[in-house]
Amino acid sequence: MADILQIKNVSKTYDADGDNPVHALDGVDLNIAEGEFVSIIGPSGCGKSTLFNIIGGLIDDHDGEVLIDGREVDGAHKDVGVVFQEESTFPWRSTLDNVAFPLEVEGIDKAEREETARKFIQLVGLEGFENHFPAQLSGGMKQRTAVARTLAYEPRIMLMDEPFGALDEQTRMLLGDKMLEIWAALNQTMLLITHNITEAVQLSDRVVVMSYRPGIIKEIIPVDLPRPRTSEVIATPEFGTYVGKLWTLLREEASRGMAEAEASIAAR
Amino acid sequence: MTKLHKTPMIVGLFGLLVCAVLLELAVSFGWVMEIIVPRPTDTVLSFPTLQEDMDLVGNFFVTLGMTAAATGLALLIGLPFGYFLYRREEYGIAYEGWLAAAFSTPIVLLYPLFLVLFGRNHLTLILMGCIPGAIPIAIQTRQGLLGVSKTLLNVGRSFNVSEGDMFRKIMLPSAVPTIFTGIRIGVMYTLVNIVAIEYLIDFGGLGRIVSQMYDNFSIPETYAAIAAVILVSAFFYWGFGRIERWLRPV
Ligand SMILES: Nc1ncnc2c1ncn2[C@@H]1O[C@H](COP(=O)(O)OP(=O)(O)OP(=O)(O)O)[C@@H](O)[C@H]1O
Ligand SMILES: [Mg+2]
Repeated sequence: MADILQIKNVSKTYDADGDNPVHALDGVDLNIAEGEFVSIIGPSGCGKSTLFNIIGGLIDDHDGEVLIDGREVDGAHKDVGVVFQEESTFPWRSTLDNVAFPLEVEGIDKAEREETARKFIQLVGLEGFENHFPAQLSGGMKQRTAVARTLAYEPRIMLMDEPFGALDEQTRMLLGDKMLEIWAALNQTMLLITHNITEAVQLSDRVVVMSYRPGIIKEIIPVDLPRPRTSEVIATPEFGTYVGKLWTLLREEASRGMAEAEASIAAR
Repeated sequence: MTKLHKTPMIVGLFGLLVCAVLLELAVSFGWVMEIIVPRPTDTVLSFPTLQEDMDLVGNFFVTLGMTAAATGLALLIGLPFGYFLYRREEYGIAYEGWLAAAFSTPIVLLYPLFLVLFGRNHLTLILMGCIPGAIPIAIQTRQGLLGVSKTLLNVGRSFNVSEGDMFRKIMLPSAVPTIFTGIRIGVMYTLVNIVAIEYLIDFGGLGRIVSQMYDNFSIPETYAAIAAVILVSAFFYWGFGRIERWLRPV
């Protein structure tokens, strides 16, 4: 399959001319095929969210190129939808109005956009909560609202930045199944940032392992587990092998990250 | 109205009633001198005479109208100015301290100057009322817009939202609670200033009634007129609460 997304030699330094430059990403190269499910895993602060912001066109002062269908991206792109790591629902809008938001600003009429929104609300399992406001929902339900809202935008590429980070393991696994169903139904290309090795293996075709600052791609692990997959796959020995392999790779990075953090605290 | 909406109102009125009864007792037992604080019953009973002699209701609407006009002007100045201070960071940083300082200045003391400039008329009242109202509105508008979550702005950008929609559908609703805090403070200051100037220059509305009753030693009437000022204030508080809920229901 053709590559829908090409990331070419992308680097980013925050506060480059300032007193505390942070070299967040360094020469990241990554090609994503249309319809692929790719997870990105790496220690906290390694530049995962930064990479998503660059792909989503939300950061423009970076080096290197991002191409969609071979054309360079400049600013936000109709084909890219982002689910942010932070809480991002509009507190003043009901679930229905939150999910309908991207359609509303596109000028789609009320009846039509609400119908579409209801479809995606159902898809993420929030039917019955259409008229609730974010303050009346749990953290996980708010994140699912945000996922549904981005799905309603119907992007070809979904960037999901730890959408289920705040959830317990069991719920997360069930939502993982849900995501796989949605992915299969909508034929989208999915990029998922996660801290959870199990989740990465459960869902992905490939897992990208990033290393601590500056963020570079350390290794890309293809996951050859049969599809369609459900969370039951975690009981298989092959699954365990992948998890073990990823943990070995990540342990080094995590220790390095922790040591650096401790050193910087000690230096103060 | 739901039960939850009614309860605070009943609690509030009940509290008022309890205070009135306690005050009534305090005055009857001589703990409070009647020439300083009248009996609440006398205050209530003085309303008809005040209406007959001074057209209380008419003057209530004069002060209400003056406050409304001055607040309208304060909004016309404060909202765009606050937006400007938000857009142009250098001006925002430069002026915020001065604005806060100006806000804590008793601008009402400049009334002789305004009298000379504009005369003893409604225009002077409106202009002097709008200045202390516009300042908190401008400050809070800037603060509210600065406080809009970066993530929510990014949500808008990621959906390719136009500048206009970004402002109307994301920034404004985010900032409404903060801006309305400014508006509420602004209305209160506007009202206080207008009544104070009415009192000082013996012109128009409720402030003039307070001044005249006070000069006559008509203590219950003085308090009755002050109570009418409280009603004006309550009216604006309620009105802007309604507008805020309409703009941002939750
Ligand atoms: N707006 C910013 N200004 C300055 N530095 C930033 C900014 N955003 C991120 N950084 C820095 O860039 C580095 C990468 O941040 P980023 O948010 O991309 O990490 P991450 O991999 O998403 O981490 P996490 O897993 O904790 O979400 C961090 O060291 C962070 O401190
Ligand atoms: Mg992140």
